[in-house]
Amino acid sequence: MKDGDTALLASADGDVVQELVETYHLRRAGARPSLAEYSKQLWGRRHFILEFSSANNAVGYSRSLLGQAWQVLTPLLNAGVYYLIFGVLLHTRRGVHNYVAFLVVGIFIFTFTQSSVLQGAKSITSNLGLTRVLHFPRAVLPVSSTLVALQRLVISLVVMIPIVLLTGERPSPRWLLLFPALVLQAMFCLGLACVIARIGAKIPDTSQILPFVLRTWLYLSGVFYSVHTFGAGHSHYVTFLLTINPGAVYVELVRDALIVGGPPLPRFEWVYAVGWAIVVAAAGYVFFWQAEEQYGRV
Amino acid sequence: MSEPSGADSPTVIVDDVHLVYKVAGRHAKAGAPAALRRIVLRTGPPGLREIRAVRGVSLIAHRGEAIGLIGPNGSGKSTLLRAIAGLMPPQSGAIYTQGQPSLLGVGAALMNDMTGERNVILGCLAMGMTPAEVKERYDSICEFAGIGDFISLPMNTYSSGMAARLRFAIAASKSHEVLLIDEALATGDAEFRRRSEARIRELRADAGTVFLVSHGLGVVRETCNRVIWLEKGAVMADGSAREVVDAYEARHDPQALSDRLAAARAGGKVWAYDESSAI
Repeated sequence: MKDGDTALLASADGDVVQELVETYHLRRAGARPSLAEYSKQLWGRRHFILEFSSANNAVGYSRSLLGQAWQVLTPLLNAGVYYLIFGVLLHTRRGVHNYVAFLVVGIFIFTFTQSSVLQGAKSITSNLGLTRVLHFPRAVLPVSSTLVALQRLVISLVVMIPIVLLTGERPSPRWLLLFPALVLQAMFCLGLACVIARIGAKIPDTSQILPFVLRTWLYLSGVFYSVHTFGAGHSHYVTFLLTINPGAVYVELVRDALIVGGPPLPRFEWVYAVGWAIVVAAAGYVFFWQAEEQYGRV
Repeated sequence: MSEPSGADSPTVIVDDVHLVYKVAGRHAKAGAPAALRRIVLRTGPPGLREIRAVRGVSLIAHRGEAIGLIGPNGSGKSTLLRAIAGLMPPQSGAIYTQGQPSLLGVGAALMNDMTGERNVILGCLAMGMTPAEVKERYDSICEFAGIGDFISLPMNTYSSGMAARLRFAIAASKSHEVLLIDEALATGDAEFRRRSEARIRELRADAGTVFLVSHGLGVVRETCNRVIWLEKGAVMADGSAREVVDAYEARHDPQALSDRLAAARAGGKVWAYDESSAI
C-alpha cells in the first residue's frame, strides 16, 4: 500500500493529488489565511496576547536589582537628563510656557512611539523559538509588543501627572482629551510596529539602524522645543511638515490637553491624528499579513 | 500492510517536494576587514549558496499512522518535518495537510526567561486554548512533565532533558491532527521516554498522525507502524517499521543487527518482532 502511494504520486501529473486534496479538505502547508479569517484567528488568541504582553513586561526588568521599580525610574531619569541639557544648559525653554511640563509630556508621549517601533522591530526575531514551535497568527507578536509599550506608557503617566501638577497645572475636564489622544496614538503605534516587524524579520540589520532613525525623528518632533516658535523663522512648507509629523501630532495633542496657556493647537491637528491612526493601523496590519508565510523561516 | 491505511483519509500529502536552504556564501565569516574591502572595491555582497536538503520526496500519511523518519545526519529528516509544519516553503512540489501540524523540536525553546508555569500557560494559550481549558489541563501537564519544583523556576535553569519534557508535555496536552516530533524525546530519561511513547500511541488512537524523527531505532520500532528511510534527501525505503529498520541497520549498523539476531536466537526477548507493541 505504502509503496503504491509513492508510485502513485510519482506517476501522477498532479490530478490525483488535487482530487485527494479536495476530497479530504487538505490545506497547503503554511498557507496564509484570508484577511478575515486571519483577523478571526487573531481575535481567538486575545488571551494569549494579554498574557504574553504582561509576561514580557515583567521579564524585561527581572534581572535587575531594583526590578519593576525601573518601570518608573527609567522615564523619571530620562526627564531629568533632558531637563538638565535642554532646560538648564541650552536654555531651549526660551518662549515656552511651563517648560518642565512641556518637556516631560513630550518625552513620555514620544517614548511610547519610539519604544513601539523598537520593540516591534524585534518582536519576530526575538521570539523565533516560539514561532518555530507553535502556530498562531504572527500578528500576535507586534500587537503584544505594542501592548508592552502601552503598559509602560501607562506607568510613566503615573509619574507624569504628578510632575504636571507640581508645575502648577490644575486638573480640568479638558484633561479627558488625554484618552482619545492616547487611543489614536496607540493605533498609530500598532500599525507602525506591524510595518517595522515585517521589515525587521526580513532584514536583521533593522535594529542596528533604527536607533539613528528614531533619534532623528525625536529631534524633528518638537519634543525639546516648540514647533511653533521654531517654525516661525522658516518657510510655510517646513512649518507644515513639522505640524503633520505624526511624532509631533500626538505630543501636541496631549500637551494641549494637560497644559493651560500654551500656544493654540494648529488647525486640523485632531484630523491629522485620526488620519494617521486609521491609515497607518490599517495599512500596517495588511502589510504584516501579506508576509505571514515568511515569518520564522530559516 | 495489514492496517486499513488506504481506506482511511489522508492527513498529509507530500508531492514531489524539493527543499533548498539558502546560506550566506563564502565571505560571510571573513569579518570586518573583508566587509570593508568589499565596500571599498565595490564588489557585491557574498553570493548565496544553495543546499539541497530534500530532493523529490513523495508520501501520503493517513489517520492513525505513526511514521518514523530515519536516516543518517543530514539526510533531510528535520527539514522535511519543518516543511510539513509549514515553516519552510518547498522549492518545488507541494505539501498538503489536514489542519495545522504542530512541530515539536529539540532546539526549539519556548520562552527561556520565563518560569515553567508561565510557559505552560502561554504555550497552551498560543495553541488556541481558552483560559478555562488551560486551567483544566494545567495540573495534568505539570504532572506529565514530572519536573517537580522546577516548574516555578525560569526555563533557562532547566537541564536539556527537563526542558524537553516540559515542551513535550505542553504540545501533547492537545490532540493534534498531525504531530511532528523531531528528536524531542532523545534527551529524556528512560522513564519519561516510556511515558511519552505511551502518549504518542494515545495521540495516534485519537485518529491523529504522528511523525517521529529519531536516531534511537528502538524508539522508532516501538512506537511507529511505518518507517520512511531517507538518504541524502531522497526516500530509500518506505514500509513497515520492522522491514525498513532492519534494512537500515543492515546498511548503516550491521553490528547492531547481528547482535540483536544473535540475542533472539539465544532465546532472549524478541522485542524487535513484537508487532503488538508496534501497532
